[in-house]
Amino acid sequence: MVVLRILRYDPAEDGRPAFREYEIDAIPGMTILDALIHIKENVDPSLTFRRSCRSAICGSCAVTANGKNLLACNTQLSDLKKKRIVLEPLPGFPILRDLAVDWGPFFDSYRAIKPYLITKSPSPEKERIQSQEIRKKYDDAAKCIMCSACTSSCPVIWTDGSYLGPAALTKVWRFVADDRDEATEERLALVNNEKGVWRCHTIFRCSDSCPKDIDTAGCLEFLRRMVVWYSLTGRV
Amino acid sequence: MKEHDVIVVGGGLAGLRAAWKVSDVADTAVISKIHPLRSHTGAAQGGIAASLGNATPDSWEEHMFDTVKGSDYLGDQDVIEVLVKEAPQTIFELEHLGVAFSRTEEGRIAQRAFGGHTKPRACYAADWTGHTLLHTVYEQCVPKTIKFYDEWFALSIAVQDGVCRGVVALEIPTGRIEAFRAKAVIITTGGYGRAFKITSNALANTGDGLNLTLGAGLPLEDVEFVQFHPTGLYRLGILLTEGARGEGGYLINGTGERFLEKYAAEKMELAPRDVISRAEQTEMDEGRGIDGKDFVYLDLRHLGAAKILERLPQTRDLAMSFVGVDPIKDPIPIQPTAHYSMGGIATTITGQVISDEKNTPVAGLYAAGECSCVSMHGANRLGTNSLLDAAMFGRRAADAAIEYLKRAKLMPFPEEVYESAKERVRTIRMANGQESAPKLRHELQETMTQKCGIFRDENRLNECLAKVQELQDRFNRIGIGDRSLAFNTEVIEALETQNMLEFSEIIVYGAIARKESRGAHWRVDYPKRDDQNWLKHTMAFKKDGKIELRYKDVTITKFPPKERGY
Repeated sequence: MVVLRILRYDPAEDGRPAFREYEIDAIPGMTILDALIHIKENVDPSLTFRRSCRSAICGSCAVTANGKNLLACNTQLSDLKKKRIVLEPLPGFPILRDLAVDWGPFFDSYRAIKPYLITKSPSPEKERIQSQEIRKKYDDAAKCIMCSACTSSCPVIWTDGSYLGPAALTKVWRFVADDRDEATEERLALVNNEKGVWRCHTIFRCSDSCPKDIDTAGCLEFLRRMVVWYSLTGRV
Repeated sequence: MKEHDVIVVGGGLAGLRAAWKVSDVADTAVISKIHPLRSHTGAAQGGIAASLGNATPDSWEEHMFDTVKGSDYLGDQDVIEVLVKEAPQTIFELEHLGVAFSRTEEGRIAQRAFGGHTKPRACYAADWTGHTLLHTVYEQCVPKTIKFYDEWFALSIAVQDGVCRGVVALEIPTGRIEAFRAKAVIITTGGYGRAFKITSNALANTGDGLNLTLGAGLPLEDVEFVQFHPTGLYRLGILLTEGARGEGGYLINGTGERFLEKYAAEKMELAPRDVISRAEQTEMDEGRGIDGKDFVYLDLRHLGAAKILERLPQTRDLAMSFVGVDPIKDPIPIQPTAHYSMGGIATTITGQVISDEKNTPVAGLYAAGECSCVSMHGANRLGTNSLLDAAMFGRRAADAAIEYLKRAKLMPFPEEVYESAKERVRTIRMANGQESAPKLRHELQETMTQKCGIFRDENRLNECLAKVQELQDRFNRIGIGDRSLAFNTEVIEALETQNMLEFSEIIVYGAIARKESRGAHWRVDYPKRDDQNWLKHTMAFKKDGKIELRYKDVTITKFPPKERGY
């Protein structure tokens, strides 16, 4: 048996979020998401959480379990090695209901960094040529599923919502490292400030919490190096 | 009441491509029940097809023939021709938008082999091709002026006098219901795999778009054709890409043999999905699953760690996370999994929704991607043709809408459509019967998998139909525990279940009527393809609670039907 202690909040009821406990029979292989669905279907239909692909690619089900941000769908109860599991909505974002948070601020940061390939020269008739080496440089960053586990785990975000955060900055790196993109200076200028790369305190919680094993702190570090290099050479 | 020129319902690849295109000339909104980046396009893994010839020489004619043959000759050849001819340009356009394709040594888009394709024409990004396509196209929507209604659930569309007038949708975070008046509506809501128990589909793939059109009295085409993918993770159904076999993976039964020798000696593991899924099911039914159980192995060990890590990283992660198997060291337990909906909302070659078997158009209404049936996949889709379908026909539907907008105007929105949508939600939210909607959904999924699955016969299909109708009846007596308005996912799930009960009845009905075996529809009591009587598309209508089947000719241009062997 495992006890799930879940932070519940319903905006319709006045009051603060409060924990409720559910004792469930943890069958081998059961994921946190399986457990949440089990509770919703059999114990408490009002339990609210997001989910879709249940295969770690859609990014819907990031939650905090025993203090760590992760995806509910690819984490087995047994992975947590505890008989009591505390589930909370991702910190740093307003709660909409129970485990569902308001992603508004997260996607505001995403939109702010121009998260799209910018090209200025005319497109060739066929594909642009890109070496395997360059492609590899942004491979990790392009795998990001925007689940927000990293950004939400960042203590800087908790105190300063204007910081762009690791997910958005990793996205910047994804385009800066891609030689098809022709807006490097523009991008670096966008993050060469106190809301951008200089706000990172290298706490590494972001890399630690990424369910796709992307080294977000590493991407940010590459980005910083580029900002410095471009500043020294007078391009930013 | 909200107003836009164009409303796209669904935020996957087809929908985003449509919105991206149409927003250049019109006030565009996207309604999606989940954030667009959560769409199931992102779960597509192995590739997107085009005869680029980057690996070996290739041509659109070969791509066309493979697709026609793969469809078991039910695909409309005019549609397939457009698709394969425009495919290379579509891929280049996507590459220009920023898709992170893997590269050849020369820096061109890398291509790999895939089932049913005679040439390596799957353009891929490792094994997360759908993810980069979805994210790239969404990213390119950011600088455009598109209004996104994220987490809005579409309840109905308004069609009156042959003209579409808009949509009614529910804002999930607040429970508010709004009418959206529009000149054109493009439905891109994805597939209906969730009607089955073992499925690769996301929990969100409940085929809601099918009910939008059914509710407006419009037909569904060929919905009895449901593809079962041969490599779903055992018991979970989670997809492992066909690219794993494209890279050289083997399928092994309980006696350790590569059993496809008996079923598709030439193409082996790269035969089309319907052929391999039936082979697996036969092996398991005859006691040659692993340890006599209902699974076989996908064996990648001989590919070596380097290739697995470079080209199939997600496949490895999935196997490790969900069944605790590292494919570098051990074979992966797999079974067939309901994967793709060949049928759907009937449309013309431009994506225009039609109201009957004579191709009578519904003005201002379009559909594209998996929810639609144009029909290019016919009775069985080839892997990598679906991303192509979504990317291309999403854009083509937008092109058609742009033409229409030149002469279209906003029409009055029929109040009764709004009122009845509101009433539908209220009835469910306040329901206090004894039945449990999740239980009904499980029973539906169980019965569809058992009785309308890979192998079908009249008896089991009749039982299935009776069961689905019983479930529809029981749905009227469900009880809901959560009366809240805000983020009431119990109500949303009940609405989805109601949708699935509606179209599942039509899947089974069409399957009973189709007395032949073609592509993914296999009748053990009629094990032969019957071109004489059944080389035609099913057009299913539901009016006043009664299903009526009519039929439509298949368009055959270049390749007359012949026997299909692999």
